Amino acid sequence: MRKWLVEPDFLVERDPDRCIQCQVCVRQCANDVHEYDPDEELVTSDSSTCVGCHRCATLCPTGAVAIRRAPLEFRPHGNWTAETLRNIYKQAETGGMLLSGMGSDRRMGVTWDRMLLNASQVTNPSIDPLREPMELLTHLGRKPERVEFREGAPGGLATRLEPQLELQLPVMFSAMSYGSISYSASLALARAARETGTFANSGEGGLHEDFRRFAGNMIVQVASGRFGVDVDYLNNCAALEIKIGQGAKPGIGGHLPGEKVDAAISATRMIPRGTDALSPAPHHDIYSIEDLRQLIFALKEATAYTKPVAVKIAAVHNVSAIASGSVRAGADIVVIDGYRGGTGAAPTMIRDNVGIPIEFALAAVDSRLREEGIRHQASLVAAGGIRSSADVVKAVALGADAVYIGTAALVAMGCHLCQKCYTGKCNWGIATQDPYLTKRLNPNIATRRLVNLLRAWALEIKEMMGGMGINAIESLRGNREHLRGVGLTDRELGILRIKAAGE
Amino acid sequence: MKRIIAHEEHCIGCRLCEIHCLVQHSKSKKIVKAFRTERDRIVPGVKVEESGYVSFALQCRHCDEAPCIEACMTGAMHRDETTGAVLCDVDRCVGCWMCIMVCPVGAVARGADRQVVSKCDLCIGEDVPACVANCPNEAIVLEDEDE
Amino acid sequence: MNAVTSQVPSDGIREGTAEGILFWGLSGGERTVKHHKPVSDRKDISGCAIAGILSESGRRFGGETITRAIRNMHDRSNGLGGGFAAYGIYPDHADRYALHVMYDGPEAVRAGEAFIRLHCEIHDDEPIPIRPLEKIRSRPNLHRYFVSVLDQALARHYELTEDDIIVHMVMRINAVIDGTFVFSSGRNMGVFKGVGFPEDIAEFFRLEEYEAYLWTAHGRFPTNTTGWWGGAHPFGLLDWSVVHNGEISSYGINRRYLMNAGYPCSLQTDTEVITYLFDLLVRKHRLPLEAACMALAPPFWSQIERMPEEQRKTARAIRIVYGGALLNGPFSVLAARSDGMIGFNDRIKLRPMVAARKDDMLYIASEEAAIRTVCSDPETLWHAEGGVPIVGRLRPKEKDVA
Repeated sequence: MRKWLVEPDFLVERDPDRCIQCQVCVRQCANDVHEYDPDEELVTSDSSTCVGCHRCATLCPTGAVAIRRAPLEFRPHGNWTAETLRNIYKQAETGGMLLSGMGSDRRMGVTWDRMLLNASQVTNPSIDPLREPMELLTHLGRKPERVEFREGAPGGLATRLEPQLELQLPVMFSAMSYGSISYSASLALARAARETGTFANSGEGGLHEDFRRFAGNMIVQVASGRFGVDVDYLNNCAALEIKIGQGAKPGIGGHLPGEKVDAAISATRMIPRGTDALSPAPHHDIYSIEDLRQLIFALKEATAYTKPVAVKIAAVHNVSAIASGSVRAGADIVVIDGYRGGTGAAPTMIRDNVGIPIEFALAAVDSRLREEGIRHQASLVAAGGIRSSADVVKAVALGADAVYIGTAALVAMGCHLCQKCYTGKCNWGIATQDPYLTKRLNPNIATRRLVNLLRAWALEIKEMMGGMGINAIESLRGNREHLRGVGLTDRELGILRIKAAGE
Repeated sequence: MKRIIAHEEHCIGCRLCEIHCLVQHSKSKKIVKAFRTERDRIVPGVKVEESGYVSFALQCRHCDEAPCIEACMTGAMHRDETTGAVLCDVDRCVGCWMCIMVCPVGAVARGADRQVVSKCDLCIGEDVPACVANCPNEAIVLEDEDE
Repeated sequence: MNAVTSQVPSDGIREGTAEGILFWGLSGGERTVKHHKPVSDRKDISGCAIAGILSESGRRFGGETITRAIRNMHDRSNGLGGGFAAYGIYPDHADRYALHVMYDGPEAVRAGEAFIRLHCEIHDDEPIPIRPLEKIRSRPNLHRYFVSVLDQALARHYELTEDDIIVHMVMRINAVIDGTFVFSSGRNMGVFKGVGFPEDIAEFFRLEEYEAYLWTAHGRFPTNTTGWWGGAHPFGLLDWSVVHNGEISSYGINRRYLMNAGYPCSLQTDTEVITYLFDLLVRKHRLPLEAACMALAPPFWSQIERMPEEQRKTARAIRIVYGGALLNGPFSVLAARSDGMIGFNDRIKLRPMVAARKDDMLYIASEEAAIRTVCSDPETLWHAEGGVPIVGRLRPKEKDVA
């Protein structure tokens, strides 16, 4: 039955003067938008199934294809927007929950863009990162309040540090499960993490056998579905992360549609082929904070206290209290995933309406932990819509020890944010298990692109730090003096604990 | 000796290699004009072989012991001394097609005019062959055979 | 320059925590204040000149020497601040805490003394002797008290030492009691400072009449002028005194780190933060001096990697644990205590510091000329290396206690 009310989102425009009927677009579109008519010897396009991923336009050798928003205009309405109407049409035709991939696309302003950084002049010279050392080395893990020396022996350290993750720069690859993304994508993330000296998170899909060799650069997740969690998994990593929630869908668990569960996924996750992998909303053995403590220590016991255990929470209203509780429950690292966090599949209403932006959550948690005198007990990692090196610098200035990037990494690999990850038809070979499509992501190229991204960001971070007269990231971390707000209300400035520009 | 190697695990079957081979060997070397006016006269030297989701680009292997050179009765098939490539001198080719019959990989094709043959010439004179330069997924690469 | 009108800003940092009370504990609104620090968000930046002279044998000498040295560097200041710290000057009250306090009026005196009496017994007190000077016009009421901690106070705060109680009392006074500022609180030592060129401040406080085995001095070139006496250097807490030339770009995080270790930083100055960091690391955490300096100006990771095993583990642990104490930005710091002084520069040496030795004397100053003015033929003279402290220590048996 045709869904009459559902209109196309995009319009494919083909320039007849440039189209050479080569059919590359026909072969490359997983949504069957383009077709070759042998009688007319013409390539034609049916825009109704176009998702706006640009695969055809990118590969077209003559640049003959353009993708525009569908020109079917509604009368402008401040309340009943085109998007709102389309959502209702879809639901009326299908009776189902609206699903989306990737993070919230709501136009509500980004607080990172309302914070600006400092630079030194005259009284404090800026430092030139091309000529002077500029240190980004970061350690994540539980730290003691002080260091103690042995009596007598000079230089003899009595204090033993708990296990730390050492990062060459304060950026890691966020949790993206093998299953939600392809084998090649997972491989590229692991390889790039190793090459750059940082870490990649396996997500809740378990760890494929082939990735055991990257154990030294992997953080493995123990999520509510416990997919792939066995003793080998726990021992083949550098750190463990208990996923309580994620920013894209606070309060509910992960969702991998059955179409994406092939033989390899089935083996890695330890579930039957073709079944939907729906993680439960809570961990069914964590109904209270003391239960979390029990799980944290169970994992520490299982790994002989050799690896840091992180707890990942979504940024919600009482995030400070939860973070504080998690630290006291034994978490060595607390990861906060904000409102703009990405996902392979989430109900659109939850993605766009639940949770708070990471900027406020991070500032609140960092302040609260410092007030309670426990900030040193756990490192803070911020996630959820970190888009550039400037966002990284601002996040560190607000108090983060490091950030996770998910969407940015996928975009570096070729993602065009068409938000249709849940269909399993990712034309770029990233969010799919279809063997025709997964070939499109060459892990060599993808790794190179990720390494390039991190390298470029590291250079930019060093430039910004040097401009502020700082040559070690410890001096930027939590240093809110270097931030000023523009266009923020007094309350927002107060919560972020930063001054307004001009002050 | 540099040779073109196909990595079939990365080939996405887009056939941009075929398209750019044609452009490279056209008179105009401009893609739109070449396809408008010369499409029927050129057969690309590379062909994408496909079965299900397995695909790869196939072109002449420029074999060290080339059966086509042996079989050629006019001496049109010959080896270029500098690159080691097997080239066809189309002025001498009489279209007997013995080379097509003996080629172990099927890399020689009948030319568009059915008179002479068409095959990969390693884009002699260019830094990088057109197919290698334009593969969007690095599925065909130029590698030094000696490595 | 007599009166400074200030308005407590109504926007900016708003916190319901100790931090907030300390910033905003005073009532808002406009008022005309004389010598009370206007609670402003503008951070103080110090240009300036520093100097220090130590007799390692404990031989005491008058204030003219240090004054000569600092006068030589006149052009490094702009007359908006000068100050000195002197050690060994109160041999008759050696085991009492010598509190130097500035008041902006009789009400402040009443409130301040009442608070002191809650914690201490005042054995002796008098106005700090001064000499009237044309150049030093507006000045607060300057008084000194020789006190000891009351037994009842010790019983009340049974988890604190005597030193802790003095620190606690001084911080409360400075943060909360209007118009009162305790600017020196050590034993057998004193800080003398105000608004004026350092050589004029020396004359004002009649420093030639004091004898000390360790003198430090500072001349200020502030870019945020408050005309407030308490803002001058040195900053003193117990018998720590710190003079500093530079701008700490890590100030924002150093301050937050200290506040959560229980040191409310109310002054918006780098010197306050440096002093508290020394107190925290050396007195409370009991780190050896060299380890404390390593925390404040650590070696680069690339240098740490090349160190021998034991040293590398230590350096790595210090860097990892004390990231919040790392001082970034250009600085020359001279920190003094009863048993000696330490001079050191930031890791990439963006400010000058010259040192010299002759016999039992150690000289440290921003410029070589300042040293040569008071010691024309030193045995050794060198420039401080970035991040490497110059340590002068009082020889134990010769420590001068009257």
